[in-house]
Formats: sequence, C-alpha cells, structure tokens
Amino acid sequence: MGSNPTPSAEKIMKLHEYQAKSILASYGMPVPRGGVATTPQEARDVTRHVGTPAFVKAQVHAGGRGKGGGIKLIQSAEQAEDAAASMLGSRLVSPQTSLTGAPVSRVLVEECLDVEYELYLGIVIDAIAQAPVVIASKAGGMEIEEIALEHPDLILREVVQPTVGFRAYQGRRLAHAMELPSTLANPVADQIMRLYKAFVDKDCSLAEINPLVITKSGQVMVLDAKISIDDDAAFRQPDMPGLRDWTQEDLLEARAGQAGIAYVKLDGDVGCLVNGAGLAMATMDSIKVSGCSPANFLDVGGGAEPIRVAEAMGIILADPQVKRVLINVFGGIARCDDIAEGIVRAFSDSGKDLPLVVRFLGTNKDEGIRILKKDKPNTVFVDSISEATEALQEITSR
Amino acid sequence: MSILVGKDSRIVVQGITGKQGGFHSTQMLEYGTNIVAGVTPGRGGVKFNETVPVFDAVETAVREVGANTSIIFVPAPGAADAVLEAAASGVSLVICITEGVPAMDMVGVLSYLRNSNVRLIGPNCPGAISPASLCRVGIMPSEIHSSGRVGVVSRSGTLTYEAVNALTQVGIGQSTCVGIGGDPLVGTSFVDVLAMFEDDEETDAIVLIGEIGGNREQEAAEFIKSGGVSKPIVGLIAGQSAPPRKRMGHAGAIITGKSATAEEKIRALSEAGVTIASSVEGLGEVMEQVLKGSSA
Repeated sequence: MGSNPTPSAEKIMKLHEYQAKSILASYGMPVPRGGVATTPQEARDVTRHVGTPAFVKAQVHAGGRGKGGGIKLIQSAEQAEDAAASMLGSRLVSPQTSLTGAPVSRVLVEECLDVEYELYLGIVIDAIAQAPVVIASKAGGMEIEEIALEHPDLILREVVQPTVGFRAYQGRRLAHAMELPSTLANPVADQIMRLYKAFVDKDCSLAEINPLVITKSGQVMVLDAKISIDDDAAFRQPDMPGLRDWTQEDLLEARAGQAGIAYVKLDGDVGCLVNGAGLAMATMDSIKVSGCSPANFLDVGGGAEPIRVAEAMGIILADPQVKRVLINVFGGIARCDDIAEGIVRAFSDSGKDLPLVVRFLGTNKDEGIRILKKDKPNTVFVDSISEATEALQEITSR
Repeated sequence: MSILVGKDSRIVVQGITGKQGGFHSTQMLEYGTNIVAGVTPGRGGVKFNETVPVFDAVETAVREVGANTSIIFVPAPGAADAVLEAAASGVSLVICITEGVPAMDMVGVLSYLRNSNVRLIGPNCPGAISPASLCRVGIMPSEIHSSGRVGVVSRSGTLTYEAVNALTQVGIGQSTCVGIGGDPLVGTSFVDVLAMFEDDEETDAIVLIGEIGGNREQEAAEFIKSGGVSKPIVGLIAGQSAPPRKRMGHAGAIITGKSATAEEKIRALSEAGVTIASSVEGLGEVMEQVLKGSSA
C-alpha cells in the first residue's frame, strides 16, 4: 500500500506548471521568459529565444521533479535539445509519482534567474476557518510538508475574510513576518492579491507558488507554480476541459474520472463495487481486517443507472490484479436490480469470469438477486459484510 | 424531544418538482413527514402529489403555510443560492442534500450564516430523521430506522444506514440520526450535534461515525474530553485501510497529514472515553454493551 501516492482525478483537476504560469501571468504576475516544447527540435528553437543558461523542466502532475531528473540546467540550445530528448516520451519517476512514473509529453524551457530570496506562497480553503487561507514562508524552495516538519515556526498564515477578500495590509504583514526588506512589502503584497484573485476567479482548490523569487535586481517572479481546480466548479469554468491532461492519471482512474465514478486503484486482488464513499471505505477496512486486500476503492454513487454500474464494473474487471469481486450495495436511491443488470452487462462485455460475492440490502434486493442468479449462477450471496469477507477467504483457499 | 427535526417541523422542499426532490418528497410524505410546501422558481401555483402547494419563493412558503425547515434538492450550480434564499426567508433550519457544491460557494454561504441564527446541515448529506415523530427530512431509507434513545451523527450516507441497521437489528432504536455531510466545508460539525444530543432528554447514548480526512473527529474528541458530553459514545472511523493522499470519494476524505489518518482519529476519540467499534456490523453489539455498562 502507498506505492502509488498520486492523488486521484476525483474532485480536483491538476494543471501543469506551464498552464498555471500562463493563468498567473494573465493576472499580471511576472513569470520567467520561457516556452513550451513537445519535441527536442522545438526545445532547441525555444531555447534560442529564451537565451542561455536555461532550465528544461518536464511537465508532469507531480512535485519532486528535480529529484527524478525532470529539471535540467543547460548552457546551450543543443544541450536543451538533448535534455528534452531524454525527457520527452519517457516516464518521470519522482518521490511524488507512482513507481511507474508520469508520462512526459511536454517540457518547459525557462531562463535562469539570479535569485536573492525564495519564498513559499500558497492558498487553500481551510475547513476549520471555513475560508481561504494564505500560507507564506521564507523557506521557499522546499516542499511545504518539509517546511512544516523542519521549520514549523517559519510557516505563516493569513485567513481571508471572504466578503472583503485578501487585503494589502495582510500581504505587508506576511512580508514583514518573512523579514523581507520593507521596500519589498508592497510588491509582495501586490503579488499575493493577484494570486488570490486568480484563486477565486478560477475556483482553485490549491494555488501554490514555490518558490516566488526575488531576483538580485529586486524583481518578483513566479519560479514554479501549482494549481488545482475544484471539479465541482466545472460548470462555470469553461476553460477546464481544455486544461485537463488525463494521461497524467492512472489509466483506470482516468477512465473512471471521465465517467464521473469515484475510483482509486489499490494494490490488492479483491475488486470492490460499493455505493457510498463511507460504506466503500468501511468495506475495504473489513476486507483488510479479514486478511484479504482490496484492489480498489469504488463508489458507484447514489442514482446508479445500469449503464454507469456496467462502466464501474468494467473498470474493476479491466484491472489485471483483480482475482475476485465483492459487491456491497445498501439500496436507497440506488436500486439493487439496476446494479445487478450493470454487473451482468459488464461481465458479458469483458468475457471474464471471476468469482463474485454479492451483498444486497434495501431497494429491490430480491429482484437484483434474481437477475444475478439467472446470469451469474455461481454468485455467492451473503447478508452481511462479515459473511462477505468469509466468502472471499473461502474463495482464496479453494 | 429528539434534535433538529421532529413533531414541530414544518418542511418546505426546495426543488420539489425535480427528479430527486420529487422522489424523496414522496418517500418523506409516506413516512409521515409534515411537508407543508414545495418551492420551484417559476412553478408556483401547481400542487405536488395533489396535496402540497408549490410556491415560487421560500418566503411565500414561510408566510402562507408557516414553513420552518427547508430541505434542498436544487442542483449544485444553484444550491448555494437556495441555501441563502432559505436563510433570508425566515426558516431556522436548512438541510442541503445537494452533492458537488463548489467549495468557494460554501465559503460565502458559511460566512453569511455565521451572522445569522439559521443552522445549515450539509451540503452533500443524507439529512436528518427522528423516528419517534415520524419525521424524515432526508434521503435515508425509512424502514431501517426504529424509535429509541440513541442519537447517531455521521459524515457519511450509506455507512450511516449500515450503522442504523446494525442498531435496529439488535433492538436499539434511535432518537435522531443526522448526516452532517462528506465535504470539508459543512454548516454543522460533530461538536454542534454532540452538544444537541447532550442536551436532549430523549437521547441516552450517541453513535459517532467519522472517516479519514480533516480533523473534525479530533475537534469532537477535544469537546468530549473537556466535559462537553457526559453521555456514552460509540465511535466508528472508516478508512483505516486507505492509503495517504488518495481521495476516497468524499471531498473531505483524504489523508493529507498525520492527523487525518483513521489511526489518529481513533486514538483521539479513545482517549476522550469513546468506545470504538471495530466494524460497522459490530456496532449494534458494542452499543448494547455500553448501554448495559452505563445502566449498571
């Protein structure tokens, strides 16, 4: 477990660095001179415009790129071409990607800066404050988790009062607390206000600049940026579909994301289809306690129509690690007969025949059981989660 | 008395003419819930189920038929507006079932509600039900509930049904069951509901169902520890097998730091004197034991 810590497609959409920077630039935040390339030749051409020395940076949805060889300092356009050639088409493995890494299909070539200060700036919505919180630190350049671990005293927070927004005085307060020269207080405050505006306008769930640098010549600049957008706001963010890069997700997770199904791939061999996130987690817990191991988290959702269930089941069956399947449905809005129909459809589409343990409760339970008995006669029906895990263990030992 | 919803609840359903709103309004009426009105802007004047008057605005429902509690089935893009309309129209309790409300919308709504006396439950929640007064203001299956003296509060939907089912199966009825919602930003916290159950004369014990993500369970533990709750509590935390940094369906269910893990939540609640049930199915028996112990 934990070998695949890339967050799922569920509920947030991550942007690439170059996309985030382009958004921030449109809010008047200075970004380094640079350009995106999809081929080594293009990287060489871009570098000629940008000038050297420069950085070639792999564009993947994960941090820690430097440690995985995804950021290279180059001295010439030819070196840029070589660096790009080594990155493009490969998979970058960093401490924040899965073991198989994330595919690199773009690189960003960017000018090198003479850096005086490296700051951390981030905005998230804080559940306790029930408001956006601006987080700042003078220990920029490190991951915020590392700063929190090593220098918790260097992490500053300003809660934003949503009715008035982030104000300049709060930015100056942060600048002073970061012990910046007083001449930098207003420019830094101005940048945070721009970041906040972008955060609100674009329905971000995270907007992070790490680092925001101040060059030796006193210019403020966004050196690296991460933005995630709240999926729930997709209806009012018309640019979102164009910014999404499904190739960065696990294949099955991307397929689930496109179908609007909450699915997370795990390492075990028991495929799980459950309705409701809490019940899905509780079901996984019981499987684990019984000594088996779940292959996935899957919440098929409330109003589960057969076609949606079939897609959910299809995703489970497409996972080569899955050796047996557990269905746990507490019918309410979801109807057991709809679920049964979808399951039958997915099995017949995939041509696979895996042992199936089903626990139905609630709306149209008997009808659901009847459908499965007819089309999947080997199905084991159980009345409780504990009976279900016992049945799974029995299947394994057979 | 039960908490939040009961015999004095006069319900207005916002979004009653929609598919979900209509389906659940029918179910609520069948259970015995006192739905006095529906609201759908532009559909005022029609009747739902031939009995329930539909108005264009919540304020009309409050004025004409005395609605005091709203339940919202309005789709996500309009949900925040629906909550604000209800709050501005004179109801005292708003239950928002809608899933997928943008976080920034909730920031605005919660900021507004802090300066009002209106309580919001949800969004993205199953609602609340008080079986003794046959008052269901939500989407939970009616038949698993039974009347009794145990209060249930949870962040989840179907897992709550599973827990309630486990209680009912061992003969333990419920005073009120409340789902506070699976999003990080919700109107009512565990602490709010625990305080209400503590004050409720018809509640003898409490079930608290939490999950990974955030630190609302720790907040509850602090509250219990500081003497906020004297009644016995049985806790259940889902997501013990969840890996870090993976969002388990609910927007709030993601392990982003140590305090968000199931382990930490279980530790905090245990230290506060909460009896932890190791599985949802065992919850009924654990509560039986706890009730025996507290009456002995």
